Amino acid sequence: MKGSKRIGKISGINGNMVIADFDDYVVQNEVAYILHNEERLKSEVIRVRGNKAELQVFEDTKEIRIGGEVEFTDELLSVELGPGLLGQIVDGLQNPLPQLAEKCGFFLKRGVYLEALPDETKWEFTPSAKAGDRIKAGGKLGFVYEGIFKHSIMAPFGLQGEVEVKKITSKGKYNLKYVIAELTDENGKVHSATMQQIWPVKIPITAYAEKLKPTKPLVTKIRIIDTLMPVALGGTYCVPGPFGSGKTVLQQLISKHAEVDIVIIAACGERAGEVVELLRTFPELKNPRTNRPLIEQTIIICNTSSMPVAARESSVYTAVTMAEYYRQMGLNVLLLADSTSRWAQAMREMSGRLEEIPGEEAFPAYLETRIASFYERAGLVRLHDGDLGSVTIGGAVSPAGGNFEEPVTQATLKVVGAFHGLSNNRANARKYPAIDPLESWSKYGSFIDEGQRNTAHRILKRSQEVEQMMKVVGEEGTALSDFIVYLKGEFMDAVYLQQNAFDEVDAATVSERQKYVFNVIHKIMESGFKFGNKDTARRFFQALRQKFIEWNSIEWESKPFYKKEEEIEISVSEKRAELPEAQHA
Amino acid sequence: MHKVYNRIVQIAGNVVTVEAKDIGYKDLAEISSRTGKSLAQVIRMDGDRIYLQVFAGSRGISTGDKVRFLGHPMRVSFSENLIGRIFNGAGLPRDNGPQLSENMIEIGGPPVNPAKRIIPRRMIRTGIPMIDIFNSLVESQKLPIFSVPGEPYNEVLARIAMQAEVDLIILGGMGLKYDDYLFFRDTLQKHGSLSRSIFFIHTASDPTVECLLVPDISLAVAEQFALGGKRVLVLLTDMTNFCDALKEISITMEQIPSNRGYPGDLYSQLASRYEKAVDFDTAGSITTLAVTTMPGDDVTHPIPDNTGYITEGQFYLRNKSIEPFGSLSRLKQNVNGETRKDHRAVMNRMIQLFADYRSTTEKRSMGFHMSDWDTKLLSYGKTFEEKMMNLSVNIPLEEALDLGWEIMSDNFEPFETGVKSELIEEFWPKKR
Repeated sequence: MKGSKRIGKISGINGNMVIADFDDYVVQNEVAYILHNEERLKSEVIRVRGNKAELQVFEDTKEIRIGGEVEFTDELLSVELGPGLLGQIVDGLQNPLPQLAEKCGFFLKRGVYLEALPDETKWEFTPSAKAGDRIKAGGKLGFVYEGIFKHSIMAPFGLQGEVEVKKITSKGKYNLKYVIAELTDENGKVHSATMQQIWPVKIPITAYAEKLKPTKPLVTKIRIIDTLMPVALGGTYCVPGPFGSGKTVLQQLISKHAEVDIVIIAACGERAGEVVELLRTFPELKNPRTNRPLIEQTIIICNTSSMPVAARESSVYTAVTMAEYYRQMGLNVLLLADSTSRWAQAMREMSGRLEEIPGEEAFPAYLETRIASFYERAGLVRLHDGDLGSVTIGGAVSPAGGNFEEPVTQATLKVVGAFHGLSNNRANARKYPAIDPLESWSKYGSFIDEGQRNTAHRILKRSQEVEQMMKVVGEEGTALSDFIVYLKGEFMDAVYLQQNAFDEVDAATVSERQKYVFNVIHKIMESGFKFGNKDTARRFFQALRQKFIEWNSIEWESKPFYKKEEEIEISVSEKRAELPEAQHA
Repeated sequence: MHKVYNRIVQIAGNVVTVEAKDIGYKDLAEISSRTGKSLAQVIRMDGDRIYLQVFAGSRGISTGDKVRFLGHPMRVSFSENLIGRIFNGAGLPRDNGPQLSENMIEIGGPPVNPAKRIIPRRMIRTGIPMIDIFNSLVESQKLPIFSVPGEPYNEVLARIAMQAEVDLIILGGMGLKYDDYLFFRDTLQKHGSLSRSIFFIHTASDPTVECLLVPDISLAVAEQFALGGKRVLVLLTDMTNFCDALKEISITMEQIPSNRGYPGDLYSQLASRYEKAVDFDTAGSITTLAVTTMPGDDVTHPIPDNTGYITEGQFYLRNKSIEPFGSLSRLKQNVNGETRKDHRAVMNRMIQLFADYRSTTEKRSMGFHMSDWDTKLLSYGKTFEEKMMNLSVNIPLEEALDLGWEIMSDNFEPFETGVKSELIEEFWPKKR
């Protein structure tokens, strides 16, 4: 089909939806360009009716005319994959933003598309396969070094069955588009492989042997998450919360501290200011494990709220495709999408323009399946060569009115493995991270002992019940034993579940320290205490809290750390007593 | 040279449909009817049928009226001559000055490349302690004032306009009561601030749809001045009227409403305006303060709800003062570490003590026993409300911090405040 361009004619415009009449044929989800004077505006075919193709345009449609030309391309909306992705800052269509700024200045001029991976850059390629080897799609041909990572160069993901390596180049520096290998398939057809692959964003990469059940915890170093509602490598979780409850701050903390190889941040329809903070701080912040700037293990996909809506819809797919690409190398990738509600709203806007019959709150009927198939792209996989790789997806959700009953939150809860619900009450009381410890849940296992976790949960629950009761009967009307349970719960919340993001040490807690400290807390929870009255009980826990908070900001395994622990142990043992049954929650 | 059409085939709400050819999307047209001339904008094209949103409303338009297409989208003249002038929502003079037509710029231009933004670092002082101490306003921030009718939100905006250390103020009024418009004009004139202001005013008696243009015009002009290195403060009041106009048009266009009749793209519509707030790398800045009156004082209503997700915090204006709880400036920590070293401590401790005061008043109303500590808190809370929260208080930040120490020392012993001892030593007022 190539060579003869298929051209359509514009017959209708409504917002960012353009209708084009065509003669020949069109392909659902193929990319089409709207030709307007010198500009070429990217769009995607999203519905075909008779000889009318309906296109969602990724740009402002101002001044486009009826009768204008549309050029169909036969290509699905795709991303370029290859070395050089790490450290990039791109928009939802993989346009590198810093390079755009160099070219166009302050504003995002419409219709300007740059190559995501410049072909001029040469990469030092080392072959690992040799002629005659038999491999499958995604099989490793060799590697280049991308920063600290050994970036595998793989056989095209779209290959069917086994192929034989017919020819492979020797070690040397090559451009991305240089053919480094030729592969013969079972029918004798020869496929060429380059260091760069093009992959359609809406189709998952499935070049692996099998998908496994995620079991290994992903350490976020956020105590409340790792201890009470953990996330697994290859798992999924969601963070719904009303505005001001700290979704973005939490996502950013995780992006800095999580123990994964690569973090992909999809800033989808949110504030530009927050992205700017990432852009400006990540090159300076260092990952303590690798001692390299965070930006070298990060890709930022940024389609902020004022950027075109259709590109917002595609930005999450762009992000997850890149995550799958690095997973294929046997790496653990974390994808943080902030916020999936904006993505859902983008679908709603388009659905409205298509005049589809609306579902709840005017979201399209296919909202649930779209959300489900997005989260299903996460997973732990065994690759053909036996290596394991994973994509973990964490999605922020911004429920309208802060109400978790709304469609996007509900559809998301059905498909994720962990739920970190943020609460306004906790945020207003400055209890951060504002994850509600009782409402939230996780289906994954933690590195903390199950029995200890259950005790903690029980005490928190009972503590909250006593607190509710006290609001009615007052402190005077509460039994001392109940009051002590209440204080225990408050204490654990203050010193363990809450974390000071501004304190260098307290901001991130490694798993060994979590186990160690939680053990101490568990002992306090299980202990009985003898107090003369409520005031002495309160003062005891207040003082203990102060010590613990100081302990939290002391470096792990340092001398002062153990000294403080001793101090804590002494003051606890002073008041410890045989456990009266009632203090046991 | 401009094409003129006179086949209006449909008039519904404030949208008319005309049959025409070779028209650009979002282009402007001028409709001449018995009630005068009005601008209209293309909002949808279906073959030859062109749907126009008529800014002055469709009342009195006949099917035989002339529609002249101007061949370009909405534009506004930009030059230094704008300063000190007052215009209406369509950019025409409301004062007696001349109409401006040089250097026309497009409104609703493309978004700023995030790579060209910088992290905001400069505080804007307002003289209102509840803002300066507790939720500092930062250059390039976008903040709404959530309020209800009857509260003095326009007075607050006017005060900030008079006192803010910026180069230029642009006031965008939407559905403004005529009295309020006169209030803004006279107050700024009295304080000599009119000479560094530009007004784009749509009053309640003007056609509803015209208010849709106000934020775009105001921000397009602000953007040009900011690119020229100016620090611009944009005041918008009241964004709820803007959203209601959006709702009206979308219902007329038979769009499926999402929530309480508002269009599904309300978030994107608001975001594209609020996100114009910017601190340019190597140029000026735009800071936006916008009043949003909450229908039924309900923050979960789609307008305040969507706004809150877009803006960098919010101020609640209730009972004629800025409410310390719920009000939030997300950017305050960018600036309040560099003002005076006791700033953060005073901010944190005074708010925590005030929170304790609030729960004590609750306890009191339920008839529980008041301890000595409770009595201290009650006295503290009362002074705080009178001396700090009262909107008539107008003092610079440093004086406000001193006032904070005075209020604390009048009611508490130093150790009861929980402030670090080195700060107590330096700042705790010495009793005579």
